Amino acid sequence: MSVIYLLITISIVVAIVFLGAFIQAVKSGQYDDDYTPSVRMLFDDEIVKKENPNKLIQTEKQKSI
Amino acid sequence: MDAENCFHCGNEIIKKDEIVYDEKKFCCNGCKTVYEIFSQNDLTCYYDFQAAPGATPQDIQGKYDFLDNEEIVTKLLEFQERTTHIVSLYIPHIHCSSCIWILENLQKLQPGINASQVNFGEKKVRVTFNPEQTSLKDIVYLLSSIGYEPYISLENFDEGKKKIDRTLIYKIGVAFFCFGNIMLLSFPEYFEVEEYWIDQYRGFFRWLIFGLSLPTFIYSASGYYVSAWKSMKSGLLNIDIPIALGIVVMFVRSTVDIVFDYGQGFFDSMAGLIFFMLLGKLFQKKTYDFLSFERDYKSYFPIAITKVLPNGDEESVQVYDIQKGDRLLIRNQELIPVDGILISEKASIDYSFVTGEAVPIEKKSGDKVFAGGKQMGKVIEMEVLFSVSQSYLTQLWSNDVFQKRVEQQHKNITDRISRYFTPALLALAVVSFTYWIFIDVQTAFNVFTAILIVACPCALALTAPFTLGNVLRILGKRKLYLKNALVVEQLAKVDTIVFDKTGTITTNKKTAITYEGTELNASELRLLKNVLRGSNHPLSRRLYDFIPNQEKIETTSFEEIIGKGIFAEIEGNTIKLGSSQFLKTMTENTHKKTKVHVEINGVYKGSYVFNNQYRKGLEELFSDLAKHYNLVVLSGDNDGERRILEKMLPSKTTLVFNQKPEQKLQYIEQLQKEGKNVMMVGDGLNDAGALAQSNLGLSISENVNVFSPACDGILDATQFDKIAFFMRYSKNAMKTIYMSFGLSLLYNVVGLSYAVTGALDPIVAAIIMPLSTITIVSFVTILTNLYAGKK
Repeated sequence: MSVIYLLITISIVVAIVFLGAFIQAVKSGQYDDDYTPSVRMLFDDEIVKKENPNKLIQTEKQKSI
Repeated sequence: MDAENCFHCGNEIIKKDEIVYDEKKFCCNGCKTVYEIFSQNDLTCYYDFQAAPGATPQDIQGKYDFLDNEEIVTKLLEFQERTTHIVSLYIPHIHCSSCIWILENLQKLQPGINASQVNFGEKKVRVTFNPEQTSLKDIVYLLSSIGYEPYISLENFDEGKKKIDRTLIYKIGVAFFCFGNIMLLSFPEYFEVEEYWIDQYRGFFRWLIFGLSLPTFIYSASGYYVSAWKSMKSGLLNIDIPIALGIVVMFVRSTVDIVFDYGQGFFDSMAGLIFFMLLGKLFQKKTYDFLSFERDYKSYFPIAITKVLPNGDEESVQVYDIQKGDRLLIRNQELIPVDGILISEKASIDYSFVTGEAVPIEKKSGDKVFAGGKQMGKVIEMEVLFSVSQSYLTQLWSNDVFQKRVEQQHKNITDRISRYFTPALLALAVVSFTYWIFIDVQTAFNVFTAILIVACPCALALTAPFTLGNVLRILGKRKLYLKNALVVEQLAKVDTIVFDKTGTITTNKKTAITYEGTELNASELRLLKNVLRGSNHPLSRRLYDFIPNQEKIETTSFEEIIGKGIFAEIEGNTIKLGSSQFLKTMTENTHKKTKVHVEINGVYKGSYVFNNQYRKGLEELFSDLAKHYNLVVLSGDNDGERRILEKMLPSKTTLVFNQKPEQKLQYIEQLQKEGKNVMMVGDGLNDAGALAQSNLGLSISENVNVFSPACDGILDATQFDKIAFFMRYSKNAMKTIYMSFGLSLLYNVVGLSYAVTGALDPIVAAIIMPLSTITIVSFVTILTNLYAGKK
C-alpha cells in the first residue's frame, strides 16, 4: 500500500529536478536572447562547407547566383 | 539577383562608378574591399543567407584614437583579465542572419579574437579577445572595415555592467511547478470523495498540497503583497489590494479547512491564479531591447575627444576631463562636446541635433561654438569655455522636466476601476457576513471568505495586461514602438496633438526630385547642368544641385522668362526648360506637383518632379486627425512657410513659429494648464524638452536604431501617415478592456451569487476560475487582432 508514497515522492522529486534545470537555464542566460540562437542553429552546415578547399566554394557560389 | 544592384550592399550602382571584381558588381571601392576581405578568408557564405546584406564601410580615420587610452578602454570592457578581455559593442547595422553569421566568425578575420556572440534583439556583439594579440581598437577598426561600425558614446562610459532582472521568470517557473503538481494531486478529491483508499491517504495528499502551495504563496506572489502594502501606505486603492487580500484569505481559509478537515481548500485555484497573473505581467512586459527610450545627451556625445597639448602633441581625453582653457581638435562629423571659442579660421557647424535645422552654420575665428554642433568639413581647433556639465545643451537637461519624469505617477485603468471595486467588494463581504452571522456562524465565515476568494479580481487583473500587451506587440509590428503598456492608455486619452515642423512633418531627405520621361544621356545632362548654372530661380538651383557634376561649358545665348522658364542655346543645341505652358507641347496639366519640363532641340524629353518635402500623406493625416483632435504645428523656423502650411493643413490647425526649445516646452505646459492632454510628435534634441513635458512624447525617426531623444514611443518615419490609425486603434483597445471588464464582472456576479448563498462547491470554484481566465484572455486577444485588421 505504501507504494503510493514512493510513487508520489518520485514524481515530486522528478518535478523538482526539472524545476531546478529550468532555474539553472534561466540563470545561465538562455532566456535573455530568444532570437539569435534560432538563427545560429542553421549555420552549422555552412561552417562545414567552409572547411572545404576554397575552389569548391567559388564554383558553388557561382552556380547559386 | 538584380544586376544593377551592388552585390555587397544592395544599393543601386551608378554606371560610372561600377567596379567588377570576381564577376560580381559593386557600387564602390569600399564594398569591393569588404568582399575581398571575406573571400580571402573563406567567408563568402555571408552572401548566401541574405542577398546584399552589407553596408559600405565609412572612413573612420582617427575617429577611434581614444581607444588607445587605457583608462577609457577599461571603462568599456565588461570583463578584464590578463589574457582575456570581453567587450560588448552596439552595432546598429545588425539586421539579418548574414550579420549574425559574419560577426560570429570574427575570429577567422583577426587572430587574438577567441569568440564572438551576437545578441540580435539588442543589436550587440560580445567579443572575447586576448589583449596580448589584439586590442579593442583593432577590433573596432576591423568591424568598421567590414561595414559594421560599432556605436560608442558617452552613455557606454557610465553604463558598466548591466544587471538583468530575471525574477519574474523565476517566479513564473516556481508558480507553474506548484500549480501543476497541486492540480495533479487534487484530482483524486475532485472525482471521488467517499472511496476507502482516498480516505486513507486524504491527510497525506492535503498536506503535500499545502507544502507545495507554500513556495507560490510566499515567493511567487510576493510582488503583490509589496505593491498592496505600498499602495495602502500611500492611501491609494490599487488593484493589487484585492488581489493580495484574495490570495491571503484563500491561503488562510484553505489551511483552516484542512486543519479541521472541512475540505480540501482552494490551493489549486490559488496557485493557478498566481501563475496566470504572473503570465499576464510577462506578456505586458514586451520591450524593445534595441531601442532606448531614456536617451539623454550622453548617447549623442562622443566618449573622448582629441586635445592639443601646449607642445603641439595630440592626446585623447575623456569628455568629462575637459577643462576650461583646453584646446580641442574636432574632426569632420565629430560632435562638439562643450561650449567654446573657435580658433581655426572657418568652421561649418551642423546644429541639427539641437535645432532640427539641417543647414550648417558658418562660423569664423573667434566666434562662439556651442555643444551639440557637428563639424562638417575640415578639422577645426577650438578653445574650451565651459566643461561638459556647464555647457548650454547639458544645462537643458537639468530642467526639472527630465527629473520629475521618473516619479510621475500614472493612474492606469485597472487602478481607476479598482478604486470602486475594492470598497464595494469589502462592503459586500461585510454585509453578507453580518447577515449570515445571525443565522449560522459557521456559514458566515464560509461566505465571508468565499466572497473574497471568488471576487479576487483575477479576470479584472488579467484584462489590461493581456489587452495592452497584445496591442503593444501589434503596434511594434507596424513600427510604432511604445515604451510600455501604459502608453497605449495615454494614447487613447490624448486630445491635442502638437507637431514639430522640421524633421517631423517634413523629411530630412534632400533628394525629393525624380525624373519622368525619356532617359537623358550623359551629354544631354551636361548641357542641362550648364544651362541651369545661369539661372537663379529656386527650382533651378535645386535641380542644379541634383544633377551630378559635369564639365563646364559656356552658353551661347541665355534667356530667362520670369515665372515661365529658360530658353538657351549651347554648343549648337537649343534647350527649353520650364513650366508646361512655357513649353506648349504638353497635353497633360497636373497642378498638384511642381514640375520642370525639359525640351532639347525641339523634342520633348520629360520632366523633373519636385516632390514637396512634406511627408507622404500629411494632408490626409491632418484632415483626418482634425475631426477629433486639436492640432498645433510648432516650428523653430521663421514663418516663411506659413502660407504653404495654411493652404495644406485644415483651417483649425494652430501654427506657431520661431519657437526655441524652452518655448516649445512652455507652450506644451500652457496647453496642459488649460486642461489639455497633449501628445507631442517631434524629432531631434530641440524637441526633447517638449517631448518630456507632454503627456505623451512620440519621436519620429528615419532610422529607429539611432538617435531619438527621450520619449514614450518611437515611430518609424515611413509610418507617419498611419498616426490617425494608431490613435483610433488605441481607443479601440480601451474599448476592448471595458468590454472585457464587463465580461469578468459577469463572472464575478455568477460566482458571488453562489458565494453569498453559501453554496460554493470547491469544484465550482475550481472550474469558474480557469474558465474565466481563458475566456477573458482569448476574448481580448481576438478582439485586439480584429481591430488591428480594421483600417
